[in-house]
Amino acid sequence: MSNSTEPRDPTYTPRDATPARRFPVREIVLFGALLAAVLAVYALMGAAYSTRMLVEAACYAILALGLTIQWGYAGQFNAGVMGFVALGGFCAMLFSVPVNDAFWGTELPGELGRVLLYGVAATFLVVGASRLDRLGVPGKLRTLITVLLALVLYLVVISQLREVTNQIQSQAGFVGGFGLPAWVGWIVGGALAGGVGYLIGHVCLGLRSDYLAIATLGIAEIIKAFLKNSDWLTRGTATVSPLPWPTPGPAELGFTLSRAVYLSITAVVIAVIFFLLHRAYHAPWGRMIRAIRDNEVSAAAMGKDINKRRLEIFVLGCILMGLGGGMLGTFNSLFDPQGYLPLNHTFLVLVMVILGGPGNNLGTIFGAVAVYIIWIMSEPLALFLMQLAVSFGEGAFGWDAPNNMDSRALQARVLVIGMLITLVLRFAPKGLLPEKITHHG
Amino acid sequence: MNELVFFINNVIIAGSVTGSIYAIGAIGVTLIFSIMRFAHFAHADMMTFGAFMVLLLTTLFPAAGTSIGVPTALVMLPLAMLLTAVLAVGIDKAFYKPLRAHGVKPIVLVIGSLGVTLMLQGLIRLFSGTGGQSLYVDDRKEIFRLALPFEGARAPIVITEPQLYLFVITLVAVVALHVFLNRSRLGKAMRAMSDNPELAQASGINTNTIVAVTWVIAGGLAAIAGTLLSLDVTFKPDLSFFLLLPIFAAAIVGGVGHPYGAIAGGFVVGFAETLAVFNWNVLLRPFRDSLPTWLELPSNLAFVGTEYKIVVPFFILVAILVWRPTGLFKGKVI
Repeated sequence: MSNSTEPRDPTYTPRDATPARRFPVREIVLFGALLAAVLAVYALMGAAYSTRMLVEAACYAILALGLTIQWGYAGQFNAGVMGFVALGGFCAMLFSVPVNDAFWGTELPGELGRVLLYGVAATFLVVGASRLDRLGVPGKLRTLITVLLALVLYLVVISQLREVTNQIQSQAGFVGGFGLPAWVGWIVGGALAGGVGYLIGHVCLGLRSDYLAIATLGIAEIIKAFLKNSDWLTRGTATVSPLPWPTPGPAELGFTLSRAVYLSITAVVIAVIFFLLHRAYHAPWGRMIRAIRDNEVSAAAMGKDINKRRLEIFVLGCILMGLGGGMLGTFNSLFDPQGYLPLNHTFLVLVMVILGGPGNNLGTIFGAVAVYIIWIMSEPLALFLMQLAVSFGEGAFGWDAPNNMDSRALQARVLVIGMLITLVLRFAPKGLLPEKITHHG
Repeated sequence: MNELVFFINNVIIAGSVTGSIYAIGAIGVTLIFSIMRFAHFAHADMMTFGAFMVLLLTTLFPAAGTSIGVPTALVMLPLAMLLTAVLAVGIDKAFYKPLRAHGVKPIVLVIGSLGVTLMLQGLIRLFSGTGGQSLYVDDRKEIFRLALPFEGARAPIVITEPQLYLFVITLVAVVALHVFLNRSRLGKAMRAMSDNPELAQASGINTNTIVAVTWVIAGGLAAIAGTLLSLDVTFKPDLSFFLLLPIFAAAIVGGVGHPYGAIAGGFVVGFAETLAVFNWNVLLRPFRDSLPTWLELPSNLAFVGTEYKIVVPFFILVAILVWRPTGLFKGKVI
């Protein structure tokens, strides 16, 4: 703080008070260790496996960037990352899978379109009924009419839809895809995830952040239930595979090279997102976002539209999650709605963000890759440790171990993830690479 | 008449069962919400933990109940409640208290409780395996069939033994909680703290004791709800993810921080679920002949399929957040 008695230097111009750029020791050490870990995995597990791990880690990094925007930039906790990831994966599947002539060649698309039109018309009718009070109908009567009309029309439309979908299922198997390149699906997946995020955010963001956590947790389960049970759209538990890649597949280039090409695509996407986020963070918009996060009341007093900014941030994060989910789905070349688990697709991403450093994009990417390597490597490690425990128990106490030890060993990883979350929150709430907060003089 | 019996079996009894369990769970959530001001996501796993303790004790002493003629699991319930209460207080001391002492935002406590959720789930699955197990280890589940004294009612009303216990225990728990909150010193102190923590502290209420008491009550109730649910169906380690959303929906529908509201909310959500998956065609069937001919009813007139049951609490949650964020009983707006 300057001393007020001191005469003001007329040549003084206000400067950005950001401290001189220090040498990034911490970053270099951490990323060096990460590089060493990646090289160790390459040496131990072979190039094809390790490249696959890196591609998946890169897809997770996109998810983590989406979450770091929501949690790190704006303090919104999204407990349903899985749902948005599944939406992205679904769109990647829907757009890239070849066209199913058994469906499009029949009258079924017309039938489906007719039912969907009925649905739209019913929605308009219900919305119209909810405006009846403008014509002088009493409020209570209007509510009664609207609710009854909505129930009846819903039942009509849903039973028609059930008929059509059953026909699709029995005659054509499932709708099939559009046969477009995979990146179209990624973009649409991002847009769809953003749209769902908009609806959720619109309801919950004006309230306390706990409500958002509850609602996102719910919507994720609903999206998963929908994808799992809509056999006509996704083949449900029968799964869809293979999903075509936008790059040459393993059949043409071999596993390692084709995965490396895919990795380069994900790396470019991450670089673009990183650059744009970096610009946004340091732009006035980013400062406004952080001002809202750090002191909502004073930001509101300065005339910032808090709810609108929050909604922007939330939708942006959801878009990234949809995009990352699409890239992950295409890479796995398999759409399996049951494969989306809250543990793998929500809590793992959460650990990546809070361990790496919420609000710090570089830290988030570091967290994503590091946590993913630990996660993948923990599977054989957990099995090994469990085997050790079993043989010790048998030797020392004659303990007769249950035969499903393998699945139990994998459950132990749930425990470790939970412990990591609580311990990091308690002892390193800012993560390994904390957000650098610049103070402007 | 058979249709009516079908309706009673599938909606009234089933709805009361789910409603009671959601209600007991929601009371715990709403108490924690009003005292500590955060949404406790690990509550459903505390339920599973309570049920698991009962399973463990029942497997250890399978014959304890036969001497007095009740299922062994019910004999073990008080012990499991105690264990769950101890666990709840321990979790608070180990994980939430340090965070509170740091003065973090409530949402960080929510994330912490998610971490606790995962830890509990991991522990339970590590020891119980991932499959389902019945809490009736040594004894048999009684099923009562009550024939109706009407002509044409051939199907009986079916109610099982654990369902009867569930109704009785829910009633006892609710009455006991009512007496505790309104008559006892601690209960009044709890209500004071839920209204205004600073004022409560200033007037000489030991807030640490209140927090511990809240956890004891929440843990005990969670053990009751988890055990009764597992008695009615089976014990599964992944019960919690299907319970979490309905319980929160019930707490918010009733108004957060409002124990009686939570009971009402639990029954609202429970009945809404069973009504939504009920096939209404069954009730319309007797009138089939008098319906106009152009109206051909499809065979399935349920609002949602059973596989989409989870949509119902979510829809209720969104509706209440849009139209009445305070809940039906004017809870706190937080």
